[in-house]
Amino acid sequence: MSGHSTYEPKTGVERWLDTRLPIVRFMYDTALDFPTPKNLNYWWTFGGILALMLGIQLVTGIVLAMHYVPHVDHAFASVERIMRDVNYGWLIRYMHANGASMFFLAVYLHMFRGLYYGSYKAPREVLWILGCVIYLAMMATAFIGYVLPWGQMSFHGAVVITNLIGALPIVGEPITTLLWGGPAVDNPTLNRFFSLHYLLPFVIAGVVILHIWALHVPGNNNPTGVNVKSKADTVPFHPYYTVKDGFAIAVFLLLYAAFVFYNPNVLGHADNYIPANPLVTPAHIVPEWYFLPFYAILRAVPDKLGGVLLMFGAIGVMFVLPWLDTSKVRSMRYRPTARLYFFIFAFFCLVLGYCGGQLPDDPVLGSPSGLKLLDADINSFVWLSRVATVYYFAYFLVILPILGLTEKPLPVPESISEPVLSHPATTPAGAVASPEKRG
Amino acid sequence: MLRKGIALAALGLALVGGPALAAGGHQEIHPQSWSFDGPFGKFDTAQLQRGYKVYREVCAACHSMNLVYFRNLGQPGGPFYDPKYKNPNDNPYVKALAADIQVNDIDSETGDVIQRPAIPADKFPSPFPNDAAAAASNGGAVPPDLSVITKARTGGPDYIYSLLVGYKTPPAGLKIGPGQNYNAAMPGDLSAFWSGDHKKVPPGGFLAMPPQLAPDKVTFDDGTKSTVEQQAKDVTAFLAWAAEPKQIERKSFGFGAMIYLLIFTVLLYFSYRRVWRNVAH
Ligand code: HEC
Ligand code: HEM
Repeated sequence: MSGHSTYEPKTGVERWLDTRLPIVRFMYDTALDFPTPKNLNYWWTFGGILALMLGIQLVTGIVLAMHYVPHVDHAFASVERIMRDVNYGWLIRYMHANGASMFFLAVYLHMFRGLYYGSYKAPREVLWILGCVIYLAMMATAFIGYVLPWGQMSFHGAVVITNLIGALPIVGEPITTLLWGGPAVDNPTLNRFFSLHYLLPFVIAGVVILHIWALHVPGNNNPTGVNVKSKADTVPFHPYYTVKDGFAIAVFLLLYAAFVFYNPNVLGHADNYIPANPLVTPAHIVPEWYFLPFYAILRAVPDKLGGVLLMFGAIGVMFVLPWLDTSKVRSMRYRPTARLYFFIFAFFCLVLGYCGGQLPDDPVLGSPSGLKLLDADINSFVWLSRVATVYYFAYFLVILPILGLTEKPLPVPESISEPVLSHPATTPAGAVASPEKRG
Repeated sequence: MLRKGIALAALGLALVGGPALAAGGHQEIHPQSWSFDGPFGKFDTAQLQRGYKVYREVCAACHSMNLVYFRNLGQPGGPFYDPKYKNPNDNPYVKALAADIQVNDIDSETGDVIQRPAIPADKFPSPFPNDAAAAASNGGAVPPDLSVITKARTGGPDYIYSLLVGYKTPPAGLKIGPGQNYNAAMPGDLSAFWSGDHKKVPPGGFLAMPPQLAPDKVTFDDGTKSTVEQQAKDVTAFLAWAAEPKQIERKSFGFGAMIYLLIFTVLLYFSYRRVWRNVAH
């Protein structure tokens, strides 16, 4: 898509097709010949992993949908029937359920990679925003998918989340009614959720294509953050990155397989093996682990509408990040102060995730301090969530905008291949101009 | 410098406020070693057979198992699997076990509701026609379906076992409501019912199910001594099998998949080293 194509049709059929629909040329240029910076590290392998996970979710999902019954009286039993009577149904279903978790694990690492190496900065703003759109659609898909087995967490999670949307002014109520298809979460809800759960992954696939298109115009960022200057800085995608991504994918699959085969329910919640019962509310309604940071932000705010707005704001702020970060230097390798704040940010994201799984009023350490601040003891998860939430937003809205203007970054290398001679320690290991013989 | 200082202080604060275990109602769980534990665990067929007997003779009076069919008993990995009968519906032992139980049907001639002996293709019948009837016979509490109970409770089989052996004499000072029973493994918070030292709230909670197991309540055909612990352990193993009859298949299939992936990973690693050997990066 960018630069000049080196594809040469080899067979008659390819030549014939090339003058009519140059699809083989397109695939060759995108997937085989694409010039890729030669210094990408393993944090760059998650893109390929994500594409594979989307494929796995689509294939396993379509097979599940052949056996699944979207009806409140049959959904739970139909999922169990998949586990018990469908040939390799247990494999398909556990791959799908754990696949969602692995998908999120990969997307989070992929996003932190982007945050650290400044991949959201010009000229990759649209690429970054498309990524945020994919992430939003993934959250919607996963939330809706979790409702389908119609267990206790499915049902009560659906009630809690749809009610949140109802808190929004003006649009809230009509949206909830549309989602419910009636006065409450019931059979019509399950029906339309199934339909949407089938639809959204294909929407994601479409946005993924745009995302890759937007990637191939400016090309990959890289750990130094400096632009590709010459051909010496790049290698063709195939075989160099097909093999490197392939290796990373295999390692990732090992982890995935360990969950699927040896601990398939550890990431889920036991209550979701109890068929949904609107009359019995589970003691603690907790979302899947990948939503916990946002759940903590939601509960950090005493006011429901405020919480909802802040929760959506936490994702919204990522959309405008390219214009919030004022630094011209992409990679945090050369921004030591920003790097420190980044690691604190990552740490607080984990803290938020942890808080999201706890009861807000429980003490974080030992027993309650007895010191009440506003509505809760200061030694409580709700206060820890508040501290972390403040940092989360401050990172985007205060730290990155100011830091870019005040910090003194380290010297940035001239190019990917040529290190800055005065600062050899800050260059990527082995990045020397003359290729050494290894292996 | 100042900026770094603030950042470090923030990090320090976060570490101090780091995760800790929450206090609250606690339970007495006795972790067991199960034959089906771990990546190579397998079900103990004799134990599953004893467990089925406990379920059938004790628990089935109150608890349904709606997702389990008699044929499941004779499928590979099941309690009465016999390699001679690839189709569990032909297994004479399973047929006999099913025929011991009456199930409802409709007489196709008259349309009347009738009872007939079960066949392997039938589900385990429910002891009550509906939840209202189940609640009415059990002091208002509906006995939960046991098909996937070991997956549906935090703690899994260890919890179920601990619950079945967890009926202890309630400590003095604990107020027990009518129709309720004290159990040291049941989740809950007893502080509100406890008049003793508020630092020593007893573990466990209340449930409507009275103690079900007693020495020699079930006679095991293989001569195993029928203690409460033995019955609890065997019925729990049976319930763990019923909750996921394919779990042994899953683990053994997984072993092959892991080996395959491992070899694949190593091959890819060396291909990667070879492809990149002339590139400084
Ligand atoms: C007399 C009827 C009766 C019999 C027999 C009986 N149960 Fe129960 N069981 C109940 C009732 C009622 C409840 C619901 C208790 C409640 O919700 O308070 C229950 C609840 C349970 C629970 C769920 C506890 C929880 O964590 O919520 C398990 C597990 C259980 N029974 C196992 C068994 C097993 C195993 C047997 C056979 C050894 C058995 N029961 C026999 C009536 C019975
Ligand atoms: C973006 C990709 C997808 C994600 C993140 C996702 C996520 C999920 C999740 C979290 C569940 C609940 C799992 C459980 O606890 O059982 C689920 C269930 C389900 N999904 Fe998906 N899914 C995706 C794609 C698809 C597709 C493409 C289909 C079908 C066309 C599909 C069909 C189903 C069905 C039928 C169920 C119910 C069965 C079950 O609960 O196991 N999914 N999905």
